[in-house]
Amino acid sequence: MTPGVAPAVELRELSKRFGEVAANAGVNLRVRAGTIHGVIGENGAGKSTAMKLLYGMLRPDSGEILVEGIPCVWSSPAEAIARGIGMVHQHFMLAGPYTALDNILLGAEPVRRGMVDRRAARLKLDALARQYGLPVDWDRPIEELPVGVQQRVEILKLLYRDARILILDEPTAVLTPQETNGLFENLKKLRGEGKTVLLVTHKLRDVMAFTDHVTVFRAGRVAGDMPTSQTNPQELANLMVGRKVILNIQVPPAQPRPESALEISGLTLAGAAGSRHRLAGISLRVKRGEIVGIAGVEGNGQSELVQAILHPRDPRCRTSGAVNVLGREVSGWAAARIRALGVAVIPEDRLHEGLLPERPVRENFLLGLQRTAEFSRAGVLNSRRLADAATAAVSEYDVRPPDVDLCAGHLSGGNQQKLIVAREFHRRPSLLIAAQPTRGVDVGAIEFIHQRIVRARDEGAGVLLVSSELDEVLALSDRIMVMYEGRITAEFARGAASEQELGLRMGGA
Amino acid sequence: MIRDLLGSTLRVSTPLIFAALGGMFSERSGVINIALEGMMLVGAFGAAVGTLATQSPWLGSAWGMGAGVLLALLYGVFVIRLRANQIVAGTAINMLALGLTPFLCKIRYDVTGQTPAIPIGDRFQSAPLYLSWALVAICWLWMKYTRQGLWLRFAGEHPEALDAAGVRVNRVRWAAVAVSGALAGMGGASLSVFLSSSWARNMTAGRGFIALAALIFGKWRPVPTAMACLLFGFADAVETRLEGAKLWGREPIPVQFIQILPYLVTILVLAGFVGRSRAPKALGTVFSRA
Amino acid sequence: MAFGEDALDWGPAFDEDASARRPYLELAIGYRLLAIFPAVRRILQPILAVAAGLGLGLAATAIAGENPWHVLVILARGAFGSGYGLGMTLFYSTPLIFTGLSVAVAFQAGLFNIGAEGQLTLGALAAAAVGAVWPGLPWPLAPVLAGVAALAAGMLWGAIPGWLRARRGSHEVINTIMLNFIAAGLASYVALYVLSNPDSQNPETRPIGAGYCISQYAVFGGAPVSAALPLALLAAVAVWLLMSRTVLGFEMRAVGQSEAAARAAGIDPGRIQILALALAGGLAGLVGVGEVLGNAQKFKVGFSPEYGFMGIAVALLGRNQPAGVVAAAMLFGALHKGAADLDMETEHLTREVSMIFQALIILSVSAEGVWNWMSARRRAVKGVKPVGAPLEPGVAS
Repeated sequence: MTPGVAPAVELRELSKRFGEVAANAGVNLRVRAGTIHGVIGENGAGKSTAMKLLYGMLRPDSGEILVEGIPCVWSSPAEAIARGIGMVHQHFMLAGPYTALDNILLGAEPVRRGMVDRRAARLKLDALARQYGLPVDWDRPIEELPVGVQQRVEILKLLYRDARILILDEPTAVLTPQETNGLFENLKKLRGEGKTVLLVTHKLRDVMAFTDHVTVFRAGRVAGDMPTSQTNPQELANLMVGRKVILNIQVPPAQPRPESALEISGLTLAGAAGSRHRLAGISLRVKRGEIVGIAGVEGNGQSELVQAILHPRDPRCRTSGAVNVLGREVSGWAAARIRALGVAVIPEDRLHEGLLPERPVRENFLLGLQRTAEFSRAGVLNSRRLADAATAAVSEYDVRPPDVDLCAGHLSGGNQQKLIVAREFHRRPSLLIAAQPTRGVDVGAIEFIHQRIVRARDEGAGVLLVSSELDEVLALSDRIMVMYEGRITAEFARGAASEQELGLRMGGA
Repeated sequence: MIRDLLGSTLRVSTPLIFAALGGMFSERSGVINIALEGMMLVGAFGAAVGTLATQSPWLGSAWGMGAGVLLALLYGVFVIRLRANQIVAGTAINMLALGLTPFLCKIRYDVTGQTPAIPIGDRFQSAPLYLSWALVAICWLWMKYTRQGLWLRFAGEHPEALDAAGVRVNRVRWAAVAVSGALAGMGGASLSVFLSSSWARNMTAGRGFIALAALIFGKWRPVPTAMACLLFGFADAVETRLEGAKLWGREPIPVQFIQILPYLVTILVLAGFVGRSRAPKALGTVFSRA
Repeated sequence: MAFGEDALDWGPAFDEDASARRPYLELAIGYRLLAIFPAVRRILQPILAVAAGLGLGLAATAIAGENPWHVLVILARGAFGSGYGLGMTLFYSTPLIFTGLSVAVAFQAGLFNIGAEGQLTLGALAAAAVGAVWPGLPWPLAPVLAGVAALAAGMLWGAIPGWLRARRGSHEVINTIMLNFIAAGLASYVALYVLSNPDSQNPETRPIGAGYCISQYAVFGGAPVSAALPLALLAAVAVWLLMSRTVLGFEMRAVGQSEAAARAAGIDPGRIQILALALAGGLAGLVGVGEVLGNAQKFKVGFSPEYGFMGIAVALLGRNQPAGVVAAAMLFGALHKGAADLDMETEHLTREVSMIFQALIILSVSAEGVWNWMSARRRAVKGVKPVGAPLEPGVAS
């Protein structure tokens, strides 16, 4: 690189707030032309926001974006595309039934005599495919192509529009290791042809193996920026994790009982044709009276694991394997029957799965408990007892405002979560499955929920804690397992793993 | 007898083909169109009025298509602009057509049930029949080979991809709904100015829904949809021919079973028992950027 | 969705409600007001929608050259001006209560029942068939049996699209429309070939036995208001009890609100969907009681002036609540009856005008639903889901 050439992309003091949260707080980033530049960070660190600002999907509150030295202010991705920026989204923008060719052409069709000139497009694409080594069968419908090839189509879409700067958001999330290697060979070729690649990922291995330069995001800021050759996975993991919340919770040592609350063996969920298994032979055991934490970056099979435990009947949730809940083999059981054994669940997506947002708190408290003897007899609800129990629970769990007639959707995130905890603990569970229990919850509520989880453990419940917050997993878990790409890749006893070591494992190192 | 049956099959399929092709535009763009029935009905009325006024079936059909477009635009205001539920608004549009046509008929001709008869010389002989099949070919080519056809297909399948490619999704949908109204109106016109000699109250009698069924049966594609229209038209023709005829000279033939066949087949196809018909993925969804 | 999907990825991490930090008392008062205000709005908005629909419809009559006030007077006098008029209004309202409840129950469970027309056709056919096949049965066994037959036939016709939706994944809207036509075909086959009336040229079944007839009320001057009206009101009460007081009703509403949340709570959404549509079908089937046992004494092909479709309007206007459904059914019944007099008493109008009124009222209600949805969204953008804020409000036209 000759000095004096403007960087391909430069972000200056870029800031973006969502309500009270600063997703980006003064981000500075320089990307040299003709390099593969890794952007790494945990979920919510602000890397995706920065990329969306760069691609024109969001508008910055303040700060500057320079592309090839020219300041840019855009109101839509179309303008960014016109300036040579292209983005491959994590969820592909491809229509399944239509051919690869049509998906690439869309919006940039060459027209001859009123018709789409597919022949001309094909010639241009053939040349591009040869130049960059990206062969695609143009006439096959997208849905018949393997995921790796679909991704190739997305990249070709950018090249077809003469993009010089390519943003790839978590491109390896759905790829097999072979496909991943193929992708990076292609990216190297693109670099060789003078393109600039921004690789957004949480995988240390990808960054170490394939990038020239790396920027680490943490809490909306750039926490580190260096040539890849001058760093190592350990340092990157340290920079990524940092210290976020100081958790003041005293967790007394666990006193596990001999009987297990949950035993899983060989649990498998096949992925879509041509992609890897979403769950690959998971086996684990949670004893009553202990907390087992599942650490991992989101999207590595944690949600699928929870669904597979709770919905054994649903073929979309489980392909094979055995699950034993509280001493009962539950294969083929209806979800309600499993829950009735004494299983409480804090779902990861509380607005979608945990609550009826437009219904009052009272009814949300009943959800899932409606068939218990406490609240109904012969199919008729006992409204008075429900009102009493809901009122008591709302005050015990400090749900504010303590109004059981208020719509659950009007509560703040923390109070919604406390409501769910109140409801689920009302069962006096013997097994608690808690997925991201403190996501988007204020500090006070976090502490409260953590205390309740520990108390449930001490009262004899087995707890499976799924969380992508390392502090949380470290603070609460008596044993920690790391999930990566649908497998359990490591297991630690309490205190045996440092945050950095877990961070490394979560990144697949 | 066979020749006769085939001829009348072709004739009664004609309005179905127009309407089903109209439905195809709207649904491929992602907008459910159960208002097809109402658009056909106003089309039939407009065409009858227009033909009586201009003494030309062509100009009359243009009136009918215009009426269909007007109703379609009203539908568009509710479902695209105001994001109203497409089923609710569609039902209301059908009702409106059912109420508005006799209302206007009474105002114009001071009779309730039907318009005055159109002189035979002012009616179509067979033009709509040929036109409908030409249109099937045009639609097929258009969808496959023009950029607008490509946009239409993406609007109903993956509107986000279309938007990301820089094409305004809702603009495509507006256009598709308008075309839908025009073609449904032409379908109605071929009922009143081709198959019969006037507009009569509720003369579509569910043909809009049959067209919808044919569209589903034809997997939302022009040529198979036209074939489905032909099949449904055949059921209709057979029914009319056999009404009252005796089977082996003894039992009357229960034409009702032939009559319900199209609907039964549609249900079976939709449920995946016979073949599989997959709706455009974004059918019935509102598109907005946030 | 390009932006929405990504926003969802963000949503949970940042959906801390800013207002949670405000003093708590102030919040409680604010929420209380919010809770009361929608209650007022819930009542007020349908009334406004009706006013808008009627206003537009009357404006249309003015275009036709009538005095709108005169039209309104005829409508009102026709519907309520005499014992007979009121009776006919109630007679038309009765089936609309049933079909309105039918659509409402399905809607509460998140389903669109466009099939009430077919369900009521088969319900009426079943009642008439029982009465024609066993004409000698004594009162009160006979009407009960016929009523149960109507209920069962309707339930079956509702359960089919329910099953197709729950287990085959095909959408209930298309299936119920198709089943309407199939029901019409089956009914006309039965009326013409199986149970045809030898004494009539019309497509209708043989008359039912005398023991089947339910009482008509003399106060209505010969209008066929029968015990079906109290039955319909009873059904409304039963639906209200079911939805608000029972486990099944709660589960139905939960599925209607959020299939995902219901599933996560251990409810089988498919089972609930089948039950809900069966129940909806049964309610529509009960239309047969009033028509066959209380009015015609037989099944007549085409007896229903689209009660099924009008039921959609009734449910929509009644906000899917039983009391609202009864009120809306009365209104549409009155419109239907009142408009019948327009034929005779005006120069330019026909009874079909009532369809125009109904259509305009539905459109007004649906537009108003849009308004609700938008204000909910505005709230969401401000507080609960800040990241869902549009890139550029209004861009999506």
